[in-house]
Amino acid sequence: MRELRYREALREAMLEEMERDERVFLMGEEVGHYQGAYKVSEGLLEQFGERRVVDTPIAEAGFAGVGIGAAMAGLRPIIEFMTWNFSFVAFDQIISNAAKVHQMSAGAIKVPIVFRGPNGAAKQVAAQHSHSCAPFYTNIPGLYVIQPSTPRDAKGLLKSAIRSNNPVIFLEGETLYGVKGEVPDEGVEELIPIGESRLVRPGADCTIVTWGRPYYTVLAAAEKLSGEGIDCEVVDPRTLRPLDTRLMVESVKKTNRCVVVHEHWPYGGPGAEIVDRLQREAFDYLDAPLERVTGLDVPMPYALNLEDKVLPTEERVIDAVKRVAYAS
Amino acid sequence: MMMVMRRFEEEAARNYAKGKIGGFLHLYIGQEAIAVAATEVLEERDYIFQTYRDHGIALARGMSPKAGMAELFGKDTGCSRGFGGSMHFFDVDRGFLGGWAIVGGHLALAAGTAFKSKYAGEDSVTVCFFGDGSINIGGFHEAMSLAGLWKLPVVFICENNQYAMGTPLERTSPLKDLSIKAKGYGMVGDRFDGHDVEVVQARISKAVERARTGGGPTFIEVLTYRFRGHSMSDPAKYRTTTELEQRKQQDPITVVREKLMGLGVDESALDDIDLEVDEEIDEAVRFADDSPPAREDLMMITAMAPEGES
Repeated sequence: MRELRYREALREAMLEEMERDERVFLMGEEVGHYQGAYKVSEGLLEQFGERRVVDTPIAEAGFAGVGIGAAMAGLRPIIEFMTWNFSFVAFDQIISNAAKVHQMSAGAIKVPIVFRGPNGAAKQVAAQHSHSCAPFYTNIPGLYVIQPSTPRDAKGLLKSAIRSNNPVIFLEGETLYGVKGEVPDEGVEELIPIGESRLVRPGADCTIVTWGRPYYTVLAAAEKLSGEGIDCEVVDPRTLRPLDTRLMVESVKKTNRCVVVHEHWPYGGPGAEIVDRLQREAFDYLDAPLERVTGLDVPMPYALNLEDKVLPTEERVIDAVKRVAYAS
Repeated sequence: MMMVMRRFEEEAARNYAKGKIGGFLHLYIGQEAIAVAATEVLEERDYIFQTYRDHGIALARGMSPKAGMAELFGKDTGCSRGFGGSMHFFDVDRGFLGGWAIVGGHLALAAGTAFKSKYAGEDSVTVCFFGDGSINIGGFHEAMSLAGLWKLPVVFICENNQYAMGTPLERTSPLKDLSIKAKGYGMVGDRFDGHDVEVVQARISKAVERARTGGGPTFIEVLTYRFRGHSMSDPAKYRTTTELEQRKQQDPITVVREKLMGLGVDESALDDIDLEVDEEIDEAVRFADDSPPAREDLMMITAMAPEGES
């Protein structure tokens, strides 16, 4: 194993898949000559040329649709949104076209396409640039939704996403791009299957389900709680649609309590879905109500002190765990 | 072929009234010459996209009236196995990539298949139809922008039937001549009348040839008229009977019939064709009636495509 940054892991995934399959190409704003707004695609233009690393004008609906059409005709596009906030102007393309045509054509047309880019809050980019988008896309049958937390998951899942025969929503994190983590050595190919959760940290007293940016908040909180004698087990679903509840259900059967921690707003979405499934699949094992720690139910304010309040904090995670453990 | 399309849709309207067809049903009656002309020009390897007013082009491309009618009836033998309905006909083997029902949403898809042709170095062409109701929405603008920028092998055909649902063009656009929009996207524009199939064919042919030989996209405005309402629920009160009757003087089927008779074709020969078409459409209705319903067991498994090599 070696250490890579999250952005480097993503770049390797694209590079390897583009080398492997001529049908794969990258398209988006500033992906080529600018080297990527967040430098994820750095160097790819030099290696693959303008035919396969395609800079676009600012026209998300246009190039998302071009990607879908190209996928319908047999190519395997990777469409980069500079941020997922800009995907809303391409929403119709993703919802009405990419997610629908396979069934609408009774299986005659496949759309092997990946939409990827940074998701969620960065730092002080305010209300229009801080959306955590999983709830919008997880609601849609016809899509896969992946939100990797670590460099290793980012690489292994992006490779699987590119090889998938379906449209994949791939939610990265701007604040995660610089995070370092272990990734298999060069020449060791790892494809992480879509729809498999991962046991991150074993523990006996309380289950925490989390993904994306709060993953790191949770790990820090778990360390602190461990010092106070509360041993947390952490499960990362990694893929939000389809949702693999197997590990989290097993975990809750053991710990009898669970806190779900996510960045997206509390109303609906994968967080609420997980709580719904756990209460049905592990009802007899629960010793406390299921709790959630979420982004607060407001548009993201600009000021740093307010933004810090909105995003899930270690403190809020610790409080929630103590509540379900009746330890506060 | 125009008679097949006409009779197919007249029969569809009757069966809609009988409750055998559900949802929305948008008829192409009056516009048939355009679909016939365009498909005459295209090769097997070419791609076609259309809006929800899609029965005509599908039949012109070679879909059987049986597969079309069965789809309207929601049957497993339909061209989309009962998953699409009137607005979502598909015939992938013939390069017909669908009826699409969000106005302006399919233009970028057409640019996408054209992108694939260019990417793969193929000489296939994409033809994309849409109505005058599409020209103000963002989807139109973005698809035209990218197709023009990248000189994609696509022909955009605006079938201007004068009404965006119930709103006449003069209340939706400051332009009388929509084809001048082409210039703003760096592509060639053309504009002509759509009731004479020979004229339409000659003009579309030029645009398709341009696309096939690397000359980039064309934006065509074809002036046409639909004789029925926007959909079955529309009595078309926004236009006068006089206007409609005047337009019917230019029915593309009458035009071609008179032309053929002028060339010495015997009227009884044309009547015989009509009878054959009647029989073919009756047969399609019987087929649709007798076909098994759409399959429940396919519903959950077709939401996603199977994984594995492809």
